[in-house]
Amino acid sequence: MSSPVLRLEGIRKSFGPVHALQGVDLNVRAGEVHALVGENGAGKSTLMKILSGAYQPDAGSMTLYGESYAPANPLDGRAAGISMIYQELVLAPHLTVEENVTLGAEHALYGWVRPRTREVERVLTDLGQQGIAPNARVSDLSIGKKQLVEIARALLFDARIVVMDEPTSSLTADDTKALFEAIGRMKEQGLAVIYISHFLEEVQEVCDRYTVLRDGKMISTGRVADTSIPRIIEDMVGRSVDELFPSSNHEIGDPLLDVSDLQGRKGLPGGVRFTLHRGEIMGISGLVGSGRSETVRTLFGLEPATGGTLSIRGHDALRAAWMTPRAALNRGLDLLSEDRKEEGLALNLSLVFNLTLSDLRRYSRAGFLQLARERSDGAHWIDVLRIRTGSVEQRADELSGGNQQKVCLARLLQQDNDILFLDEPTRGIDIGSKAEIYKLVHRLAEQGKAIVTISSYLPELLGVCDTLGVMHKGRLSTVRPIREWTEHRIMQFATSGYDA
Amino acid sequence: MTKKRDYKAMLSELGPFIGLIFVFVLFAALTPSAFTSFYNIKTILTQSVIIGIAAYGTTFIIVSEGIDLSVGSQIALTTVIVAAVLNLPASDPGLFYPLLALAAGVLACTGVGAFNGFIITKFRIVPFIVTLGSMQIVRGVAKWIGKEQTVPTPDNWLTNLMLIDPSPSWLIFGPGVWLTLVLLIVSAVLLKYTVLGRYTFAIGSNEQTARLCGIKVDRMKIVIYALGGLLTGVAGVMQYSYLTVGDPTTAVGLELDIIAAVVIGGGSLSGGEGSVVGSIVGALIMAVLRNGSNMLGLPNYVQEIIIGSIIVGAVLIDQQKHRLRAAG
Repeated sequence: MSSPVLRLEGIRKSFGPVHALQGVDLNVRAGEVHALVGENGAGKSTLMKILSGAYQPDAGSMTLYGESYAPANPLDGRAAGISMIYQELVLAPHLTVEENVTLGAEHALYGWVRPRTREVERVLTDLGQQGIAPNARVSDLSIGKKQLVEIARALLFDARIVVMDEPTSSLTADDTKALFEAIGRMKEQGLAVIYISHFLEEVQEVCDRYTVLRDGKMISTGRVADTSIPRIIEDMVGRSVDELFPSSNHEIGDPLLDVSDLQGRKGLPGGVRFTLHRGEIMGISGLVGSGRSETVRTLFGLEPATGGTLSIRGHDALRAAWMTPRAALNRGLDLLSEDRKEEGLALNLSLVFNLTLSDLRRYSRAGFLQLARERSDGAHWIDVLRIRTGSVEQRADELSGGNQQKVCLARLLQQDNDILFLDEPTRGIDIGSKAEIYKLVHRLAEQGKAIVTISSYLPELLGVCDTLGVMHKGRLSTVRPIREWTEHRIMQFATSGYDA
Repeated sequence: MTKKRDYKAMLSELGPFIGLIFVFVLFAALTPSAFTSFYNIKTILTQSVIIGIAAYGTTFIIVSEGIDLSVGSQIALTTVIVAAVLNLPASDPGLFYPLLALAAGVLACTGVGAFNGFIITKFRIVPFIVTLGSMQIVRGVAKWIGKEQTVPTPDNWLTNLMLIDPSPSWLIFGPGVWLTLVLLIVSAVLLKYTVLGRYTFAIGSNEQTARLCGIKVDRMKIVIYALGGLLTGVAGVMQYSYLTVGDPTTAVGLELDIIAAVVIGGGSLSGGEGSVVGSIVGALIMAVLRNGSNMLGLPNYVQEIIIGSIIVGAVLIDQQKHRLRAAG
């Protein structure tokens, strides 16, 4: 095969005491799709930011087409032909496809923009996307099509290496197919694609070679065709699953929550039913967009229900449409948001304000706050969860991700409700904090609380949960004991809605 | 480490105070005798009453990440309503009618605030637009009630509120100044030590978090805007007292001075930050500047340039403070 077009050697990068990258090598060849896999926090994003020029490495060298490559900023990276396609789309929704594709590269004559429709059509055709009209408004396109527009933009800018970060995480099956076709065509044109994904099945389908990162180190690299998925997972996790996930003997008791025929907007969720018992840790798996978050958010009253009932502790069934967060909290439900920055925390308020916000009734008399008691309880939870912080007065945005997540969890513990919905409880936090959170979840189950955990990371669900249900297009599979599930079976339901 | 942080935090809280002392000392040095005379200090305090009281209410609104542009119009509406009520009795209004007028004015503004809050939450229209609209509507209603002219009123005790030399003289300051002080304490306690205040901060910092934590965000916002209206109504009564007539064209653009006071005092238009004490200090800084500039005989445009610079400067200093904090 051809020699590498991109060669990264011994890349190191530290952020204060955190060693994000500890000497990583990466070789990418022309005309190949190279998978970069690893857990959250393994260093994939940092590595790609160094490649794009957003960060500068502390040590190590990069070679692009045989020449030394040291971008000072993302503009340098782009000029060198490196293009990033991010999860969060960076298109201007009010402009047309053509305007977006040529944004910043308009051909102008005395300030008048000259159309480049022909060129835009050409790059779209190169991607096999004749169906996208250059004059369509971007806001009218599906997420998948938007992503293809972004790729078209990269091609118009003469990208030679395209980096895709979790490109399929919110795509439908059809859009994923179109994306894979586009990737195939890019390969044919000799472009190199670096493909970051958690979905190993996809890696197997579209990638030629792979590199595994773990804790900032390169663990293995090789041809995808010669390697089995379990082998890659082992390299990613790097420890037997038993070590990371605690074992505990919590007993599953009486039913606490009975949900039937839960319906939400746009069919998410679409007729979900399950029963949750005391001491049960129930996992919900499924692809992003399958309605996992929507299910618990609808139950908690954060999103409107269009039908269905829930019965709590055997009480009369409540109409789900009547639920509000206040009503849910009062009835013993609580929810950990998947997005702690946008929803979970009031970032510019202090840690203690965040801790008690859902339960100020307990910390007030006749509307007046009991600040001293609030502070001492806050200090207690900081202690219990070992939150690393200066004081309870510290602002939430001054904490690290793992500590922020612990603050969110502390709010739930403080509230002390019995039915807990944890939406991606370990997203974006380091391994150490993850292990602590798993332990905590087990301790809660031992106390007789019932827990629903949503996660995109299968080993986590398989390691932590007692029971599991999988979602596909708003439907929840039968909830079964965890030992009846395999990764294969879960993925099958998640992708096809078919339960073998 | 903790000590150092506390010290820094204290310094940042004191920022507006230091600014106030600075401008005061500056003008005291430039115009020694006249500026620091006791009478002039009383004048400055009296001049801060209207903007100060309205700024308390606006502080709540701005901390909740809202804005109210209709405050100036509300003040005009109050003066007209007060005047209209005072003209109801054929003879001397006595003690009762001024009280009724006061209540009617304050109630009207509370209603305007609640209406603003209702439209903002019910129809999910941004506060800037809603209150831009109600600014015109309320001004229109004021002109309608006042028949597009000033409304003269009979002599009554409300007009004594804004006197610089009060009677009885043992009060030292006019009743308006004392009321400003009382409302300062009430508002500061409300914002810092009550559930209402905490919810105001939470909504302004992150509305989604507030919702997640079971706060009835829509209802709270209506309460916040109504509270803002209530305090604006009190400021409106003070404006009447100062003018001694109802004037539907008064206080045009005053909302911008009020917002400026809140911002100079540390309020952030992106919500979650601000304090009542800071806002009154902001109002005082502007009053000192205006008064001192007049004493120096500086033309009006110089004052405007200085105050404008201070608004931008205050925010700039605030941002630097945040950067320091994030780094430390």
